[in-house]
Amino acid sequence: MNYQSTNVEASPKRRRFLEVFLGTGVMASLVSFLYPVLRYIIPPKTVELTADNVLAAHVGDLKPNTGKIFRFGSRPALLVLTSDGKYHAMSAICTHLGCTVEYRSDLRDVWCACHGGLYAVDGRNISGPPPRPLESYDVFLKADEIYVRRPGNA
Amino acid sequence: MGIADGLRQWLDERFGWHEIRAFIEHKTVPLHRYSYWYFLGGMTLFLFVIQVLTGILLLLYYRPSANEAYESVQYIMTQVRFGWLIRSIHSWSANLMVFTAAAHMFSVFFLKSYRKPRELTWLSGMLLLFLVLGFGFSGYLLPWNTLSVFATKVGTDIPGQIPVIGKWILVFLRGGEDVTGATLTRFFGFHVAVLPGIATLMIGLHLLLVQRFGMSVPPGVEEEWKTKPLEQREMRFFPNFLLRELMAWYVALAVLGGLAALKPWELGTKADLFASAPPGIRPEWYFMFMFQTLRMLPAKVGFIDGELLGVLCFGAAFLVWTLLPFFDPGRPGRLQRLITGIGFFALAYVAVMTMYAYVAK
Repeated sequence: MNYQSTNVEASPKRRRFLEVFLGTGVMASLVSFLYPVLRYIIPPKTVELTADNVLAAHVGDLKPNTGKIFRFGSRPALLVLTSDGKYHAMSAICTHLGCTVEYRSDLRDVWCACHGGLYAVDGRNISGPPPRPLESYDVFLKADEIYVRRPGNA
Repeated sequence: MGIADGLRQWLDERFGWHEIRAFIEHKTVPLHRYSYWYFLGGMTLFLFVIQVLTGILLLLYYRPSANEAYESVQYIMTQVRFGWLIRSIHSWSANLMVFTAAAHMFSVFFLKSYRKPRELTWLSGMLLLFLVLGFGFSGYLLPWNTLSVFATKVGTDIPGQIPVIGKWILVFLRGGEDVTGATLTRFFGFHVAVLPGIATLMIGLHLLLVQRFGMSVPPGVEEEWKTKPLEQREMRFFPNFLLRELMAWYVALAVLGGLAALKPWELGTKADLFASAPPGIRPEWYFMFMFQTLRMLPAKVGFIDGELLGVLCFGAAFLVWTLLPFFDPGRPGRLQRLITGIGFFALAYVAVMTMYAYVAK
């Protein structure tokens, strides 16, 4: 069977027009199918805690030279009580590849188990792979409660 | 006329059964000193079938949510009869499959089986290897234990380093900014629907191409056969080669059963999203060379972040490796020696870095 039209070569312009017309039509419909799918696979943004003060611990919860992970909104943060009695709070998400850090009493530094990154208690990256310091937070006491907030959110 | 003959005739009248039979009987496998490397592809396929079967069995009890996943795997391991066996075989077979797929790749590479006209066979094989790694990575999270959650944090952060589109990929993979229960749901979907679908298509294509071009004969053997045509040997695929392959599959089954019985796959502790990463944390062995590299890179190399440099280098290396057949001129010379050299370097790098990672701790 042969469906070839006899006047194909006689009217290349009409053929070209039909090709472009069909091609753009199909492309446009594909885009209109794909766009909702692409939007669908990225989840909607969840409301993030920013300005609020978070109760991290009570005075006496931490012994000197120890640290504790607490929830800062939807993410883990670290509260450290140094041997000289000062509180430090910072994000606990390693700036290298996102593991959760911990306070090492033996090193008196903040350490990430995944790739051995090391930070000072003020969040500065000291050694290992981390490229940036940990985001540090303000700590303040209200009676015997220890509150943490992002700097600048007084 | 027996039932079998009747059935054969029935099929013959409808599908041309004798043609299919003749086709199967004509397939041959070249016989030479490297012939045993031909087993690795079939072995990988066999392990894949094991994964599909045990995976379907696990689906009967597994629950893909952050609240239930760990408990459901615990239930499989402790309550369901032979649950420990099914899950352990699934985990061990996954590891063996990564190994046989990688070994298959290196054997194809060094025997130069990817030469024209088999470039697309290599390309589909590389895609399958990446799919296997994707299976491994997504399946690792499903028990929702501490190790798997941190492995997923790191593993999804790595593509997140890519400039411009990295953040988008990270959010797409995690189902949000962080690794949460939403990530588990997504990985479950990837692991049991998306990846198996793509993998099945790819395996079909891969086998079709292998069938189309036949088994490649290594260049050295090909030369010898040209000068001494009488030494050329081959074996019928069906049933001769297939029966030998079956023997290898039986051995693999015995190894899997032994490993599952003597070293049942551990479950670990349930993931706590607000806990520090445990000391000694590390990925599965097949990601160790990348893990060790990322651990050794300093924070800054010049003006660029070490991790970004590492991620970009690995990305470029995998891309070049995948496209190598297209650079191979197909005849001996400096370029071909260079490509072989790259192969040895890659193998040595992976081997040394993997061993170093286990020694360094």
